[in-house]
Order: sequence, then C-alpha cells, then structure tokens
Amino acid sequence: MTEQKTHAFDMASIANTGQSNNEVTDTCIKVDNLNLFYGEKQALFNVNMEMPRKKVTAFIGPSGCGKSTLLRSINRMNDLVDSARIEGKILLDGEDIYDKAVNVADLRRRVGMVFQKPNPFPKSIYENVAYGLRIQGVNDRRTLDETVEKSLRGAALWDEVKDRLQDNALGMSGGQQQRLVIARAIAIEPEVMLLDEPASALDPISTLKIEELIHELKEQYTIVIVTHNMQQAARVSDYTAFLYMGELIEFGSTNELFTNPIKKQTEDYITGRYG
Amino acid sequence: MENRASGQHISHLFDEEMENIRNKVLTMGGLVQKQMEQAVKSFITSDQDLAEKILQQDELVNDLEKEIDHECIEVIAKRQPTAIDLRMLISIIKVITDLERIGDEAGRIAKMAIRLDATDYYHDQYHEVSHLVEMVKSMLSDSLDAFARMNTESIASITKRDEKVDREYTSIIRQLITRMMEDPRNITRMLDVLWTARALERIGDHACNLCEHVVYIVQGDDVRHLNAEELEQKIQD
Repeated sequence: MTEQKTHAFDMASIANTGQSNNEVTDTCIKVDNLNLFYGEKQALFNVNMEMPRKKVTAFIGPSGCGKSTLLRSINRMNDLVDSARIEGKILLDGEDIYDKAVNVADLRRRVGMVFQKPNPFPKSIYENVAYGLRIQGVNDRRTLDETVEKSLRGAALWDEVKDRLQDNALGMSGGQQQRLVIARAIAIEPEVMLLDEPASALDPISTLKIEELIHELKEQYTIVIVTHNMQQAARVSDYTAFLYMGELIEFGSTNELFTNPIKKQTEDYITGRYG
Repeated sequence: MENRASGQHISHLFDEEMENIRNKVLTMGGLVQKQMEQAVKSFITSDQDLAEKILQQDELVNDLEKEIDHECIEVIAKRQPTAIDLRMLISIIKVITDLERIGDEAGRIAKMAIRLDATDYYHDQYHEVSHLVEMVKSMLSDSLDAFARMNTESIASITKRDEKVDREYTSIIRQLITRMMEDPRNITRMLDVLWTARALERIGDHACNLCEHVVYIVQGDDVRHLNAEELEQKIQD
C-alpha cells in the first residue's frame, strides 16, 4: 500500500461512511493544507480535513503526533509560541482565522478551550463562571445570575453547587473543577469547544460525567477533543482523526474507524500493535 | 490482501489470549470434521459402534463451544478490542455456533445409521449420497483451512461448490422419490437416506457461513446473503 503525503478528507466521503442518521451536516471548521513549524522542526504536514458542525470530532494518535498542536491551532493558541509558524489555512465558518483582520480575542471567544488540568481561578464558583461576561463589561446582576445558572446547568454542575456558589472554586473536586471550567467556557456562548485531554486527570466516574456532558454539549456546540484514551474517543465522538508523526493518516466516522479502519497504521494503533 | 492480524500486540498477554482462542476454534473444527466423516462412514457401513461413539463425542464439542464463548467474552470485557481483533472475536462467537451445528448434523447422521442398522441392511444401496459426501467434506475442510490461514482466496470457490451441493441434493430427492414410487416398501429407508442428505446439505451451508465470517474478519465486509458472484466481487474489491 502506498502512503500519500497529502490526505484530503471531505465531507462527501465521510457522509458515505455509515453514520446512522441521515441528517445533513455542514462544515464548521475546515483545515486547508495546513503545515505547522516550531522553528526548524515541522510538526504538521499538509493536513486537510473538514470538521462538521454540532458534532464531536476526536483526534487520536501517539504522543508527539501533532494532535494537540492541531487542536491549538484552531484557536491560535500556537501564536503564544514564538517559534511557531503556520502555512495553509483554517477556516471557521468559511473565514480564515489566520487572516490579519481577525481579532484573536474575538476568535477565542468563539472558540473556547478546556485543558487537561482544570484551571479554575482562585475565586468563588459564581465569579469563575461570570468572569467571561465581566471582562466583556457585563455587570448587570440579573444577566449574570441567569448566565451563571444556565452555564452551570449546561455543565451538569448546578445541582451540586447551587447552595455554595460563593465558596472558593479551589475547594471543589477535580471532576467538579473540570465541569466548572467547561461552564466558564460555555458562559460566553462559543461556537466551538476545544477539549484537550479533558478527562485524563479524573477518576472513572468523573470521566463518565464529562463524557456524558460532551454528548449533551454537542446539541449546541461543535466539539473537538484530543484524547489519549481510545475507548473514550470511541465513546464520545462522531468522527475520529488519527494522526501520526504530524500527518493526518485517517479521518472518518468513529464507528467505521474503530471497526474497520482503512489504513494499516490506524489499525495497528487502535488495536495496540507495533507499527 | 495483507494480513492485519499478523502483527503482535504491545501486550503479549493479549496475543496469547487471542491465540489460545483461535487454537481452540481450530481444535473444535477438527473435531466436528472428524465427527462428520465418521458419521458418514457409520452410515455407509452401518457401523453401530462407531455411530454411538460419535454421539458421545458431541459432548466434547458442546463443552468447547461454551468454553470458547466464555473466553471471547472475557477478552472483550478486559481488553476492549477494536478493528480486526473485535471482528475476530465477534465472528468466532458465530463460527463456533456453526461448528456446533455441524456436530449436531453429524450426530443426526449417526442416529440414522443406528436406525438403519436396526431395520435392515443393504450395504450397497447408499451410493445415492456418496457424491454429496465428498463435496461437502471438501467444502468443510477448505473452509476450516481458510479460517486457519485467514485467507480469502479459496472462498469464492467454496461458496460456488455449495450451489453444486444444492443441485446434487435436489437430484437426490428426485432419485429417492422415484425409488419410493417403484416400491413403497422402500419409503422408510429412503426417508432416512433423505434426512442424511439433508444433514449433509446443511453442513455445506454451515461451511459457507464459516467462509463469510472469514471474509468479515479479514476485510471487514459483511458478505452474508450475497450470491456467489456478488461474493466473489466483494472479495476482489
């Protein structure tokens, strides 16, 4: 089998790979011939893919394969790395997010991000969730109250914390903190949520709660998740991309990729074999 | 087609467990193959002792079926297999059902041998099924071989042979009906021969199922309920 350097995966080919529902999906994020360099070292090679709206797309692959790099490039977190340089485009709703006219703060409002380790601010639960609105200049008490409740409900946390909203967020359990961070992210109503190993520091029950939450969140948001846990990718995502050494090897419906992958490299990785 | 099950898992224990299950399936396959051959022999030679022995062997086959089922479930629970490993385990669970049924059909033939022996004995009058026996025997051994090697090359030819088996079965029925009409005293015995032919035809079907499972394991294509040409096409794709 000859491996091509460039892998293009379009929606039409994915639509044929057997997702059970027939609903029409449109593209939210389009990665167009993306190359990313950290100084001299190239981290991503000619990545082409289209992530459907209001679906969960998972990136899997061994450490150092570029999955976190790709995820971070979707809200320009790589801008913070001095040596990072990018070629190609990432289109969000058809607009190139690397265009000079794009306001990065505005982009990050539209594309929220949650990290591996929960990072609540050392403030009250309430203030953590209200933070995004406050920096946007919203100070109306009622608006804030409503948003905080809605977001905490959205993150499946409200019932656990409604009686202690003024407690310090750092006193919460790890699983609760992670859901709080998700509540903080959804308070500003982003379009896209990027989750970088959101459950890897959590116990199995908290992990399942986060997975359940991801399933609920996709009703409203386009979700992209990076995970080392393949079973988690299989459980939570609609589409899965397998990356290896900076290349997108295979991208397709999760059901298809985990039962009958096209590429041998994908097969070797997901079945736990030596490549 | 490259053999995707050939690489080793990072976990050697996983490899061992899969290998162990596969070996047991092959043992079970060997057992039912032997059962079938001996059943046919006991039927043709009216060897009652041999027929009794076959019926006793059935327990071994049944035990193996339960054992393999159990081990597949354990591996699924412990290792969350994916892709070819998952297809292999799920298919094995189905393959052993087919093997167990082949054992049952062999048992049925053995029972017929015992009954025929008790009624009368015309040792030269069982040639009706002899051609069918050879065809089904080769189908079964080739399909077990395809499973052992995880090789889909011979599968189209096996399923094509099943169509011949079906035609042969129909022609046997016609012959038997003719004989029954010639002399109604033949009816009881001819019915027994008919049941035997039926059992053999069913064994051919189970051998085909086995082949379909092999295609699913190797290629991930579900080729059940396709005719021989469609199946050949799928294997070539």
